[in-house]
This record gives sequence, C-alpha cells and structure tokens, in this order.
Amino acid sequence: MTKAWIPPLADTRFVLGELIDLDRAIERAGNHVDRPGVDQILDEAARFATDVLTPLDRPGDATGARLENGTVVLPSGFAEAYGRFVEGGWNALASPAAIGGAGVPKALATAVAEYWTSASMAFGLCPLLTQSGIELLARHGTTAQRQTYLPNLVSGRWTATMCLTEAHAGSDVGALRTRAVRQGERWHVRGEKIFITYGDHAMAENIVHLVLARPEGAPAGNKGLALFAVPKFIPDRSGAPGRRNDLRVMRLEHKLGIHASPTCHMAFGEAEGAEGELVGAEGGGLAAMFTMMNSARLAVGVQGIAMGEAAVRHAARYAGERVQGRAHDGRPAGIDQHPDVRRSILVARAEVEAMRGLALVLADALDHADHGLDAASRGRAADLADLLIPVVKACGADAGIAAADAAIQVHGGHGYIEDSGAAQTWRDARITAIYEGTNGIQALDLVRRKLGRDRGQAALGFVGQVAAVARDLAAAAELEGLRRRLDMAVDALGMATRWMTAAVERDGDEAAAGASDYLRLFGVVAGGWIMARSALAARARLAQGPSAPLPPEVYRAKLISARIHADHVLPRATALAASATSGAALLRAIDRL
Amino acid sequence: MKVLVACKRVIDYNVKVRVKADQSGVDLQNVKMSMNPFDEIAVEQAIRLKEAGTATEIVAVSLGAEACQETLRTALAMGADRAIHVHHDGGLEPLAVAKLLKAVIGAEQPSLVLLGKQAIDDDCNQTGQMLAGLLGWPQGTFVSRLKVEGAKVAAGREVDGGIENVELKLPAVMTVDLRLNEPRYASLPNIMKARKKPIDKKTPAELGVDPAPRLRTVKVAEPPKRQAGVKVDSVATLVTKLKEEAGVI
Repeated sequence: MTKAWIPPLADTRFVLGELIDLDRAIERAGNHVDRPGVDQILDEAARFATDVLTPLDRPGDATGARLENGTVVLPSGFAEAYGRFVEGGWNALASPAAIGGAGVPKALATAVAEYWTSASMAFGLCPLLTQSGIELLARHGTTAQRQTYLPNLVSGRWTATMCLTEAHAGSDVGALRTRAVRQGERWHVRGEKIFITYGDHAMAENIVHLVLARPEGAPAGNKGLALFAVPKFIPDRSGAPGRRNDLRVMRLEHKLGIHASPTCHMAFGEAEGAEGELVGAEGGGLAAMFTMMNSARLAVGVQGIAMGEAAVRHAARYAGERVQGRAHDGRPAGIDQHPDVRRSILVARAEVEAMRGLALVLADALDHADHGLDAASRGRAADLADLLIPVVKACGADAGIAAADAAIQVHGGHGYIEDSGAAQTWRDARITAIYEGTNGIQALDLVRRKLGRDRGQAALGFVGQVAAVARDLAAAAELEGLRRRLDMAVDALGMATRWMTAAVERDGDEAAAGASDYLRLFGVVAGGWIMARSALAARARLAQGPSAPLPPEVYRAKLISARIHADHVLPRATALAASATSGAALLRAIDRL
Repeated sequence: MKVLVACKRVIDYNVKVRVKADQSGVDLQNVKMSMNPFDEIAVEQAIRLKEAGTATEIVAVSLGAEACQETLRTALAMGADRAIHVHHDGGLEPLAVAKLLKAVIGAEQPSLVLLGKQAIDDDCNQTGQMLAGLLGWPQGTFVSRLKVEGAKVAAGREVDGGIENVELKLPAVMTVDLRLNEPRYASLPNIMKARKKPIDKKTPAELGVDPAPRLRTVKVAEPPKRQAGVKVDSVATLVTKLKEEAGVI
C-alpha cells in the first residue's frame, strides 16, 4: 500500500498561530521571514516531502542500505532526493542566519522536520544528525573549524555523525575505550564505535564524524572524555575534501526498522590512526555533547510524533475502505463506523496532536531561552524547556509507537502482513524510545536532575501553570468535563511531584523505581495543558467568525480532539501517579528476575 | 527582453470541487487555493528563458482578491522578478481579464506574454486569445515547445493531429500547454527572498477598465451520477442491448 500520509498543515498552523507567539519568535530569529513566508515555507516543505520523499519510504524499507566493498550503498532514489533537498536549501532551514542558515523560528523548523520524518524517517535521520553536528561545532569549534565545517554542513554538502556508543559503553558512555593521541596540531583517534547512523554513504561530498574519545593520559570516566572532528576526507588547504582518512565501516546492523538508514559499526585508526581535530576542551567532550542533547532529544520526540501522524492517517484510510460487519441500521459498514475502531484512531490522533503542540511549544521555549530579550524571561523559558525535554522525547516517542500499534490493530490480520505498510511505521517508530537516551534515561533525567536540582520548584511551578489553565476553562460551560479531568490530573501530578522530590533526597532507588511512570504522568498532564489551551483558543476563534485565520472545521475538530484527550488520556494520570509512588521495596523482594 | 506572465489563483487541483447548495456557483469557502497549474508552467518557462539569457526581467501579474498576493509570492519564490496585483473583489470574466492585462501591458511593454492555456476552475480557454486580439499581437496557443530567436519566436502547438510548428513575430502572446516543461519547486532561499521583491498594486479603475460581468450564470450543477452497469449473459444479448437500448450500433 502506498503511504496515506498527508502533511498536517492545518494543525501545524493552528499550533504556530495559537500556542506560541509567532511574531516574537520571528523577531528573535532575526526577522528573516514574515507570516506569509512562514505559510509558504510550510506549503513548499509539505509539497517537497509528499512528492519527493514519500516515494522513497516503502521501497527503501524493502531494499535497505547495503555494504558493498566497504562502502554503504543506499536504496535507489535516496542520493537524488538528498541532492534535491540540498539544492532546495532545506538543509539550512534549522540554522541561524549568522552561520548561513535560514534564520527562522525553531518552532517552524521543528514543524517542518516532522514532515520530512513522516514522509521517510530513514531519509530524515541524515539531516537530523547533521543538525546536531552543526550545533556542536557552532558552539565549541574554533574559528578555523567553524570556517571549514559549518558552511558545508549547513548547506548539506557535507553530513555529520555522532560517534558515542561502543559495544560495552551504551547509556554509560564514560566507559568508552576509544583513544586519542596528540600528533602536533592534530590527533590520532583509534577505536571502534557502534550504532553510527549514516556513518557512510555517497550522497554528500564528505562526512564529519564527531567522535567521543579519551585522550592519552586523561582520567577514567566521563570527565576524561574529549570530542574530535574526524572527517572521512581530510580537508585540504582550500577546505575541499582531500585525502581519505583512516576509518571504515566494518559492517551494517540488521535492524527492526529504519532499514534505509545505514547503522554502521565503524573502525577508526586501524592503520596509522584516524586524523582528527579536538573540538572544545580536552576534558569537555561530554559537556560539549550536552549542548546538542536538548535539540537532539526534541528532534527524536518529533520523530515519534511524525510516525504517529503517519500511522493515524494510514489507519483512518484503511478503516474507511474496509467493509466488515454492519452499522446500527443494519447496512454493511466500513470499519470506521465501529465505535472501538473510531475510538482507537481518535485517541491516537488526540495524543499525537497534544504532543505536537507540546513539542512546538518546547521548541519555542528553547529559542526563547537562547535569544530572549530579557534575562528573567530567558530563565523562565529555560526552566520550562529543561522540564519538557525528557517529556517530549519520551512521550513523543511513546505516542508514535502507540499510534503505530493502534494502526496495526485497525488493519487486523492485514496489519501483521508487511504489504499493508502498517507494520513498517511501527518498526520504524520503535527506535525512538531507545536512541538519544532511552526513555528510562529520560525518566531519570527528569526525576534526578530536573526535580533534584531545585527540590521540584520548577515542576511545581509548571503544576501551577496547568492549574491556572484549568481555572480558565471554568468560563466555558461546554468544556466543563475537560476542566474536571484536567483538575484531577494536575492534582495527581502535584502529589506525585512532592512525593518524588522527597524520594530523590531520601533514597535514589525509590525515585528511580517510579521515574518512568512519573515521566508518563508528566506527559499526560502536559498534553492536557496543551489541549486545554488549544480548546480555549479554538473556542475564541469560532466566536470570531469568518475573519479567523483557519477554516471553522479546524477549530471544531480541535475542540473535539481536546475533549477526547480529556476523556481517554487524562484519566490515566491518577493510575500513573499511584504507580509512580509505589516505591522500590517489592522490586527487590524477589531475588531472581 | 521583458516577459510578462499572468497567474490566476484557482481552487487547488487536489480539492474535490463542491457546488454550492443554491447552485449559484462552486463553493470556495475554506478550500485550498493555488496557482493555476498551466500558469505555473508559464512562470517556469519565463524563468528558463531568463536562465538561458533570453529574458532579462519577469513580471508576474495576478488579478482578483487580496489573497492573489499569495499566488504572486509563489511566482516570485519560483524566480519572477517583480509582481503586479490588480485588486478586484468579485468575479472576473475572461474579457475583463484580457482588458485589464492589456492595460498593464501598455504600461509594461513586454516582448512576450505567457499565460496558461486555460484555468482549471472555469476551463474557459479564452483569455489569451482575447488578449492577443485586443493588442493586435500574434498569438500561439497550446504551446508545448517554445524558442525565441531574435525578434521571432518559434513554437510547437498541440493540435489534434500532432504538433503544428509556427513562427511568430515579437511581441506576441503565448498560451502554454502541459508538456512544455515541469515547473520547479521553490527553493527555501528563494522563498525567503521573495518577500523583498516588490508587488505593485493597481485597481481596474486606475487601469480604466470596467470589470463588471457581462454574462449571467443561470445555474451550476454537478454532472449526473453515473448509473451502475449491468451484466449480460451472452454476446447476443449484448448486441441487442447495444442496438436497441444504447442505439450505438
């Protein structure tokens, strides 16, 4: 089956128009675009994603990337599409104008990244990784490094990878064994790295590997790590790709999904040593990595949302075409007439919409934290962003996987058959809960770092913000059900936050045992916050009449979606709060798992 | 050489068109609108002429409501140099459009005017011909090949029997067909630059044209639904039915 996905332009416009201050965001980004320009970028990106990227997705999954004579060969069409992507200037969308990027609000670039991923997640991963490299080098590179690498990476003529993981060093990256030895100005890097996304390909002129390694004589653990830029072709004096560096792909992983995205096992420095340049300070490798972590985690959450959107469209199309059973009037009915099928699609859709809103609000907060006009508002935005990063990463991923799972179920037996295309969405989406810090790591980040560092003050501040929106809902009689549900959910979050904050101080294990459910609870309430704000905005727009920026059916659908979220998602908060605060004692009571 | 391209804002080709309940026309409320696909081909051709060094300036013109500026921005993002918006709320018939374009052309003095062969909303296929008539310029319609050679333009016209090759003296009016080219995607940098390109605004009154409709729409209705077919059990029955019921043999 072909992909049913169509870009969710109306919902993107709704979020950008109602949940963030788009004019301020444009101003912060340097006024390089105006509102009609934002619309045009969305339209053209949607067209490019639909026409050029979508056709890659199904065949790419079937063919997969291959390793031939030590070189990665991508499925046919990828290189040509990437060439058009770069030529169209799309790779530069997410970078600031000062380094050759388009200089648009992060929320807009994030919305567009969702489209690339829905069209083909395997394709979208390549520019996603390059973007992380750009952010690292822009902040930590020397002037010379920035001059050599940034123009090429921003345009997309070169791509970048992140080389952190080793066979025995996954979540515990400090255990890595890759070494670096100083050779005059440069370094020789030696070691093996695994799970390197787009570690090799022929779509671009050069590939810059950003490798985490331990310089000779540096201490063990996280503090001894340094970051190196190790290009596939060493730039010559003019900056053009020159001599082939001493690095190669040993093999490709055979994965559950994203088959067209080559996941490489890389060897650096098997012969003379892979030449690299130190980026940042010698002990600052991991700290440098953290500067791109926020963006990368947001990007992975958005991948989840993108796959969720694709899954919902796929399920909705199939449900409309598949006739089984009879409607209540006795006539043959499409399965989209059966309440259980409708519920499963509409709940998945509401969760995806809630996470899309949250992700774009987070993108705007990250922008604000970096470029806000006054220090106090920058601080508030940074606090909100810090809390929401692990939530959007993990809950965006979960929403995508849940929607993809629901889509398989809607397809019935055909969903389990690859021909339906439903399985691919789930297989592709499944990685989002794992990479860029597993969802479990995100939960620990939220509980230990984000609650632990200010005794839950920022989190309780967020609880207050949500409670305030719940109070605003009281003015709308038809949203009374939503208000009650949001009230209950936010109470549960407040209670669990106080319990969790005390637990972090008292006993790390108690907090860790409930961390994942606490994070899910946070996601449910944050999603409810977004949907409540959306409902209020939609209601005001409907009252405004024909001069509202979007057609009335968009606002009506949003009101329904918010109420479905309140009916079917918000009630999970109470259960999650109970589970999150259950403690760790029983988990130790059985010796063998 | 200056090239002028007319761009009409029409209901998007992906939208399923619905007739208004009172049968007074097509429902345009809240439907996606885009540049007429044939006009996109005209814009693309103008850009190719400029890239080839033949054209020096491309002026895009759109006539209609405020929202036509979006259509013009698309043309500017594709590569047109500047735009003219003739603002008029309410319907415009081909003759009014041709008169308004003639007035714009009088001020702009282009050597070549490109239009889509027809607009996909009303399918009139009249504006280009009327415009050429009003201007007294040569016209080439349904053009799927186009080459400017000095003061002449050679064109291949799609006619029933194949391609008719014609040669016209410039200035000329050309209406373009589907197979002339494949329009490009607007690149991000060009979208960003488009907002700095000027869009001049004019009104029919300034151009001295009365755009009032001369036609009266009696009724707009959907085509009749196709009836279900029937299965026949033998060739003989089929032949009888074709003879007696369908009356085709």
